[in-house]
Amino acid sequence: MATLHPSVLSPRDLPWRICWDMDRCTLCGQCTAVCPVRAIELGVHRRREVPVPVGLAEKPGNVYRVFHGIDQKNDPAHACMGCGMCSSVCPNSAIFPVRSEEADKLKFHINQGGEPRRRGGRRNDTASVLDRIKFVRISMLTDPALDAGRHEFELRTLLGRILPPEEILKSANEDGWAPPVREIYPLIVGGMSFGALSPNMWEGLQMGVAYLNEELGMPVRISTGEGGCPPRLLRSRFLKYVILQIASGYFGWDEIIHALPEMKEDPCAIEIKYGQGAKPGDGGLLMWHKVNGLIAAIRGVPPGVSLPSPPTHQTKYSIEESVAKMIQSLCMAWGFRVPVYPKISATSTTTAVLNNIARNRYAAALAIDGEDGGTGAAYNVSMNHMGHPIAANVRDAYLNLVKIGMQNEIPLFAGGGAGKNGNLAANVAALIMLGASGVQVGKYLMQAAAGCVGSEGDRCNICNIGRCPKGITSQDPRLYRRLDPEDVAGRLVDVFLSFDAELKKILAPMGRSTSLPIGMSDALGIDGFHAAKRLQIRYVV
Amino acid sequence: MCRLFAITSNEPLSPMVALRALDVMKEGHDGSGVGLLMTDLGGDLEQFRGSPILSGVFSQEGIKRLDRYMMELGLLTKFKFSIRPVKEPPEGTPKRDVYLIRVYEYPFEWEGLSEAETAARLMKIRIDLRRLGGQDGSMMVFSFWPDTIMIKEVGDPLAIAEYLGLDRKGLKARVIMAQGRQNTNYAVTLYACHPFFLQGFATMTNGENTAFGPIRDYLMSRGFPGYMGYQSDSEVFTHILHYTVNRLGLGIDAYKHIITPLKDEELTRHPDGVFLRRLKHGCRFLTIDGPNCVIGCLPDKTLFMVHDSKKLRPGVVGGRPGMFAFSSEMCGLDRAIPVREGNCEFQPMKYDLACVDASRMEVRRWSQWQPCTHLY
Repeated sequence: MATLHPSVLSPRDLPWRICWDMDRCTLCGQCTAVCPVRAIELGVHRRREVPVPVGLAEKPGNVYRVFHGIDQKNDPAHACMGCGMCSSVCPNSAIFPVRSEEADKLKFHINQGGEPRRRGGRRNDTASVLDRIKFVRISMLTDPALDAGRHEFELRTLLGRILPPEEILKSANEDGWAPPVREIYPLIVGGMSFGALSPNMWEGLQMGVAYLNEELGMPVRISTGEGGCPPRLLRSRFLKYVILQIASGYFGWDEIIHALPEMKEDPCAIEIKYGQGAKPGDGGLLMWHKVNGLIAAIRGVPPGVSLPSPPTHQTKYSIEESVAKMIQSLCMAWGFRVPVYPKISATSTTTAVLNNIARNRYAAALAIDGEDGGTGAAYNVSMNHMGHPIAANVRDAYLNLVKIGMQNEIPLFAGGGAGKNGNLAANVAALIMLGASGVQVGKYLMQAAAGCVGSEGDRCNICNIGRCPKGITSQDPRLYRRLDPEDVAGRLVDVFLSFDAELKKILAPMGRSTSLPIGMSDALGIDGFHAAKRLQIRYVV
Repeated sequence: MCRLFAITSNEPLSPMVALRALDVMKEGHDGSGVGLLMTDLGGDLEQFRGSPILSGVFSQEGIKRLDRYMMELGLLTKFKFSIRPVKEPPEGTPKRDVYLIRVYEYPFEWEGLSEAETAARLMKIRIDLRRLGGQDGSMMVFSFWPDTIMIKEVGDPLAIAEYLGLDRKGLKARVIMAQGRQNTNYAVTLYACHPFFLQGFATMTNGENTAFGPIRDYLMSRGFPGYMGYQSDSEVFTHILHYTVNRLGLGIDAYKHIITPLKDEELTRHPDGVFLRRLKHGCRFLTIDGPNCVIGCLPDKTLFMVHDSKKLRPGVVGGRPGMFAFSSEMCGLDRAIPVREGNCEFQPMKYDLACVDASRMEVRRWSQWQPCTHLY
């Protein structure tokens, strides 16, 4: 037994235990090689056997034999996180992780050296108000429901500041300026940076988006996240499908600004990140593990150092000034041809931000990211305990816009939690009917397009240290070559096509096809009285 | 499904023409109610063309409250044409005290007011009366506008017509809109019965307006007090028309483009595509999502009909110079105008708008693919 100290845990105290079958194991060593956190190792053990001879001629004695097996490490730094790669590579199905039935003790010891737990992933809570929302207004008798498979649908949304009709006419008569508006697909690939994601993952997503646009006519857009944009993409025609994100670290923007004169196309939009739902009030974080030469070059930083973005944009004195000046500066950079909008984390002060945005005619939209958003790296406490659920927040924001009559002028984009339990289309439709013009999605795509093994049950969640076993969030070529970009692109297309079909299956029975049912809350119901009251939708049981 | 019938004629007609047309279309409606709008009046009310007429359903107590309210504002009764039923109502129709049709005289101090100000005051009075009467159900007010009468009731249209004596000699109009069937999608209330009227604009609709909620919210947030009510999902069609013409200063061609905009891809091929795209964006919350057939009347007495793309059973317009009818079913048109000119007949499809102006010489057809010429 090792020396006993407070953080010595037994395998039973860890959240995941490794079950290993000695009879099936061939000792090939693939599991120990593949384990991203080195939770298992080859063990050499001595076993005492007591052979009992028949008769009295020989006396019983001891025989010691040596055998080889798999050991699970118990120290917090090497605790199994349940990714299951060991069972994936085992040729004989001799090993697999199981969740420990005992309450996890690791959480009390995962702060060695005084460093609180940092991780990637999600909030680790399967509860979802969005999943509880039902679509209760079905066209019956008075008018038939539509045929989702054969009817014509126009499922487009607008990204950009839309003038009130009176001002549109004035602007048209005077041949004046009108804010740029993009007609886009209502499901957007949310900001996941080049750096947080591996090159193969990023390339796969970009290829998938390009295919959806150019071959299938679906105007899907993708946000870069805060990490800049590869120079060739900046100078390509595919830039029009990309939303360039600028955040408080300004990573990659030197490259972007210098590429401006050589851009063949304007980007779809500029997203200014003020907050992120997974870690509200905290800046971005790319840990040193992942800052290799390529990432460092694109971001304009030295390699091998952690890149924490400040929690707010440090160059400005106040949020009002920041919003106004940054939006205006970025509008000016592209000659007022590109929509520029802020993204905030959902907060009880969202409506205050919104009212500020409403007064700024250059602000193109507002993206709100709820607490269920994902991240590549954050403090565990931020992910688990900070933030606001998206449903009530986007609803408040929409109703506030209705109150001031600006529901069409400032599109709201919701993120954080859509599809967290696999119900992407239903969650997106619910958010749209609560008032969102579109929805940003990230985690669902990681799972569906790249096979991320993360779940709401604290599984894997090591995106931060660059050892993603699927190669999705790693910058180590030995890991990310496991992911073929073309496979990712193919799966992304699958996801959008199936999402589109499911969205139609939701809208058609409600008789909606001509326009996206933004704010159609009369179609929604929920089985919680207080939730219904809070969201101002129907209470159904 | 609601049955709709509207007729415009150089010679004033009895409302019975429209109600008989509704009756032949009865197969498709359940005879649960009727709404009637008469404008460009003939008969006894023609002489009061410039004076506002109050239409509604009142109890005796309501009449007293009305008199007190109007007296305070200085509005004096000029002519009474009200209906006080003496017979027992038909089965299913509630007993009412008075179906009020009363012509008022403008107060002295209203002289010299602009048209817009007069219109605003008339609307305010109607809304105030509606609110006052809504507390105890003593007053239900449908319109307060010059040259306009409205009658609404629950029950079979023809039985109600007989009960109210709508075939009386002095009750005639050149433009009549009639709708058969009470609202069944929402609560049964007379305020949910088409046609709807606002400052000279009237529409009636069949089909369900599936985008009703967001459109209602958008209209109510325009800050215009007349955009209220909404006991029926069809009331928004009237208010969008009012918004298009009165607030935006556009024509009914724009109304068609606002409620049923061309698809994004179609706009790239339209001669006015750039403007129409911006109009579509700006009026995104006024896009209807049918299936609907809308028959409407403008303040200049132009009748029109439009559909959305999901309306599989379009209405029909037909007649002859001097008299045209708009009907949700062909049989209604056959009943009202059996002899018609073939080249005047038209079934508008998803891009079309059909209208007949007050000269009643022809059915004007317009397609969304044509350049915008501001028909109105």
